[in-house]
Amino acid sequence: MKQRIPWILLVVFAAWALSTARPPREETFRISAFSQLPIVFNGRIQPFDSLARNSLLELREKQSINLEPWKNWNEKPRTLSASEWLLTVFTKPEETDSWPAFRIDHPDLVSQLKLPLKDKAQQSDGKHYSWNQIAAGENFKTIEQQANQIQESKSDASLRNPYEQALLRLHSGMILYFRLKNTLRPQDAQNWTAELDRLQKTIPAGVAAARAQQRGEPYDTNALTAVLEPVQKIEVMNRLQPPLVIPPGKDSHVTSEWTRVGDALMEHVRGLPLTDTVLTYAKIADSYREGRAEDFNAAVQRQQASLAAGGHTRELNKGSKEQLFNRMAPFYTSMVIYVTAFLLACGFWFTFAEWSRRSAAYLIVLALAIHTVGLIFRMWLEGRPPVTNLYSSAIFIGWGAVILGLVLERFWRNAIGLVVGSSLGFATLVIAHNLALSGDTMIMLQAVLDTNFWLATHVVIVTLGYASTFVAGFLAIIYILRGFFTKGLTEIEGKSLARMVYGIVCFATLFSFIGTVLGGIWADQSWGRFWGWDPKENGALIIVLWNALILHARWGGLVKERGLMNLAIGGNIVTSWSWFGVNMLGIGLHSYGFMSGAFRWLAAFVVSQLVLIAIGSLPNRFWASSRNHRGNGGGGGVEPKLSTLTPASKKTPSAAAA
Amino acid sequence: MLASVFKLLCSLRLTVVLLVLGIAVVFFGTLAQTSDGLYIAQARYFRSWFSTWTPHSGPSWVIVPLPGGYLLGTLLLANLLAAHIKRFQFTWNKVGIHLTHIGIITLLLGQLLTDMMARESRMSFAEGQARTYSEDFHTFELAFTADVPDQPGFQDAVVIPESKLKTGSEIRQAQLPFTVKIREYIPNSDPSFRAPMMTNHPAQASEGIAQRFRFQSTPVNNKMDSKNIPSVVLELMDKSGKSLGTWVATGWIGDESMSQVAALGLAKSMVGGSGERPEEMRRVREMARQFLGILVVPQTVRVDGRELALTLRPTRYYEPYSIRLLKTTHEVYQGTKTPKDFRSRVKLEHPGGVGDREVEIFMNSPLRYSGLAFFQFQMGEDQFAAVPRGTSVLQVVKNPSWLTPYVGCIVVGIGMTWQFLYHLSKFHKKRTPSTNLP
Repeated sequence: MKQRIPWILLVVFAAWALSTARPPREETFRISAFSQLPIVFNGRIQPFDSLARNSLLELREKQSINLEPWKNWNEKPRTLSASEWLLTVFTKPEETDSWPAFRIDHPDLVSQLKLPLKDKAQQSDGKHYSWNQIAAGENFKTIEQQANQIQESKSDASLRNPYEQALLRLHSGMILYFRLKNTLRPQDAQNWTAELDRLQKTIPAGVAAARAQQRGEPYDTNALTAVLEPVQKIEVMNRLQPPLVIPPGKDSHVTSEWTRVGDALMEHVRGLPLTDTVLTYAKIADSYREGRAEDFNAAVQRQQASLAAGGHTRELNKGSKEQLFNRMAPFYTSMVIYVTAFLLACGFWFTFAEWSRRSAAYLIVLALAIHTVGLIFRMWLEGRPPVTNLYSSAIFIGWGAVILGLVLERFWRNAIGLVVGSSLGFATLVIAHNLALSGDTMIMLQAVLDTNFWLATHVVIVTLGYASTFVAGFLAIIYILRGFFTKGLTEIEGKSLARMVYGIVCFATLFSFIGTVLGGIWADQSWGRFWGWDPKENGALIIVLWNALILHARWGGLVKERGLMNLAIGGNIVTSWSWFGVNMLGIGLHSYGFMSGAFRWLAAFVVSQLVLIAIGSLPNRFWASSRNHRGNGGGGGVEPKLSTLTPASKKTPSAAAA
Repeated sequence: MLASVFKLLCSLRLTVVLLVLGIAVVFFGTLAQTSDGLYIAQARYFRSWFSTWTPHSGPSWVIVPLPGGYLLGTLLLANLLAAHIKRFQFTWNKVGIHLTHIGIITLLLGQLLTDMMARESRMSFAEGQARTYSEDFHTFELAFTADVPDQPGFQDAVVIPESKLKTGSEIRQAQLPFTVKIREYIPNSDPSFRAPMMTNHPAQASEGIAQRFRFQSTPVNNKMDSKNIPSVVLELMDKSGKSLGTWVATGWIGDESMSQVAALGLAKSMVGGSGERPEEMRRVREMARQFLGILVVPQTVRVDGRELALTLRPTRYYEPYSIRLLKTTHEVYQGTKTPKDFRSRVKLEHPGGVGDREVEIFMNSPLRYSGLAFFQFQMGEDQFAAVPRGTSVLQVVKNPSWLTPYVGCIVVGIGMTWQFLYHLSKFHKKRTPSTNLP
């Protein structure tokens, strides 16, 4: 029976992973068909689904909306999917205005805007507020004024304190919400199809009246006002710069770029025929508003057909694929499987049961497969190498670390590689998940970064350097924890861990060095400056120096097994500094922003690593494993020799003692 | 004694100590950038022999003494060379280590050469304009220029570097028909308009733009992306010691683009408001045009029948050819302000017309020519031209040792890969299949 457990677990988790790809069942409105339609926002083609999810992330750090956040989960609060929320914002803004879509964390901002605190009777959780609450009374003006003031007086974002950051975040969220409300139709439209119809009819007379007025001739005042009023509305719409929903081509007045509903309407006022897309989206909006599911589905289908006929099959395809990617959330799935595998792998050390190690191994392979599929899917969607920003670096570091862990496990079969791989895979995906809370993770790259060659070489290699340094550090953590707290660390295991750490550090030195120098060469290509002492460059240089330090200290006999482990844990600190710490210099050091959330996590991580190093420096008698692991950590060093350029494993502590 | 020094120089302990110190210097040098700015921090921590670090905010008694980058680089180099001299022997298992170290020596020496010989400057122009020189980003020079009578477009120039302009100093040059007396040197200045009837400040000088503008001192700025604009109040005395008058020479009108920035800034401060509404923008532009008209009138002094113009301009580096900006391209992603593509099409023009050609310079694709490299740096729009036209700034780098990091990197890469694969194969051969249970 026990032999079958790994296979059973594998099948169960694989089935769960596959089930995420299944489309949702929709009986009336085919919202998922709508949410696949491609548009342009943030400078890139994306489906409505991504717009919806990223907007909600920006507003409330979740990919769905909870309409009754004051209820506990067991009271079944009403929640909506991102796409359903977005569609409602598009078509029934007066309804969504009262939905608690804005998250405000800063207590001073809550009291400044006179918002209710946590109070079930008042239906408030003290965190999520609606547009109506936020914009009530003088609030709107206050927010606008303060935001302008902050942007003007503190153009350097690093000088802003948490209150100011919270206010600006709310302000930009409000602008985003405004934009969304004016995407398909003006926000206060009632029956938009009818209004469009009326507009089309009044234009000829109105335009004639306007021309007559310019020439100073008598003109029809009514005809002019009839057209001026909607034109003003359209101008307001355009000024907000909502997403671009009208594809280029024969149906649009522009042949090369996507445009907005407002642009098309203005062109229509100037005399061009109104594009079909505007009318179709008006039908979609009105039918959803009025609850006519059949009309809605037909209009969505019509839009799909028109895009296909206009030669936009690539965009349609990207829209549906990206929606699938969003729904599957492969990195979330693999995160769950990694943590399960981690527990199973740890279990191996306590129960000595091979089935639990094997299960962990199978699950990690499954999670890695999903991780890889997600990575490639993302690369395909973006048309880029795997790492383009901090978010994708986290995903890639995890991926590299898991592979290294599996390689180690293949050689040693003692669950160490599994524990390291699964814990790093899990941790980096959690970090990625938190980084994604700020919005779109597939944002377009600035001109200087727009080079797939350097992204594919420098960035990938330096990120693998990060990954391997972390692997070495986590191996060392296992050594310290098992050695100090348990009797599980035998002399053989200690030696094999030392060999693993040594090998991985060599690997890390190679990759971080090559990656760093390639970065210098990229800088030389873009600015003519190989080395500019930029914080990120310096961070990478420190990793290289640290790894070189470990190797030289080992070769010189300055450290032995325990010292090697302590230095490798130091590698964790150095790498986390380079990965995140230097990015915080901008927000930190002269402001309260220094204590922002991410900084606290980084500080906690560094402290935890220092504690581990301290434990690692304790004399042997404090170690639980010291009984079966002697001759370590004591004095009696070996003379430093340059000729000892061979792996650490050759010079074991027992050999030194002999 | 000598032997023990040599022994120390060869030791791995020294390597480890130097690596630790290197990490410390890089770390504190990075931290210092937040308060000192990149330029100063770089000079203090990396291009120095010794330095100290004190936290920007916090207890001032904390002083961390550090070796400078030069000292560390020199010692590392000595350590590497000494160790190799003492122990060099050719064996296959050490080829990788030797190569790695040779590559690192190349990198270190290359950086030293770059540090001594590299020069960075900017070339800025609008579409249609040609330039024969680039300008230094940090330093200025006081220039006295006169047109050459028979050669249109050529000027005689006598320049005095900014480092010589000290309050109270007197400068005599054989080519100049007068003595330059520096009344006041202002390392960083800010312009303001001396509106008639509105300001009580006395004029800074008796001649030229000082009648209409003041350039008051403001704190020196170390931030990376903002630079210091110096001004200098000077008096010219003829051979007999008689004063010819006083002038303000200022970096604010040192070149065309600076004058435009100054005019726009002055106009904005006069108009007030956010300056972003169309109405305000029009007024700002109009007023800036008027200011510019006054600012660009050359300041001149007449001596012995010759008219000399005086300017405080960014230090210029002339080339024997000129570069003409033909066309700029500045694309953004749809519906955003994120730049997608920056590129300048330029033409190399030589006096005889031999070797003229057109080149496209864009991000990550510089032009390398006659020992210089031209990189696309910034882009903008000439706000003062009657017909809108693009402007472009190229970063011009002279670095004779630019290839050394490429060579060093390749050598180290080969060395490390060699060593890595060598060990991996040995490890693979030796490894006994382990079925060890804990």
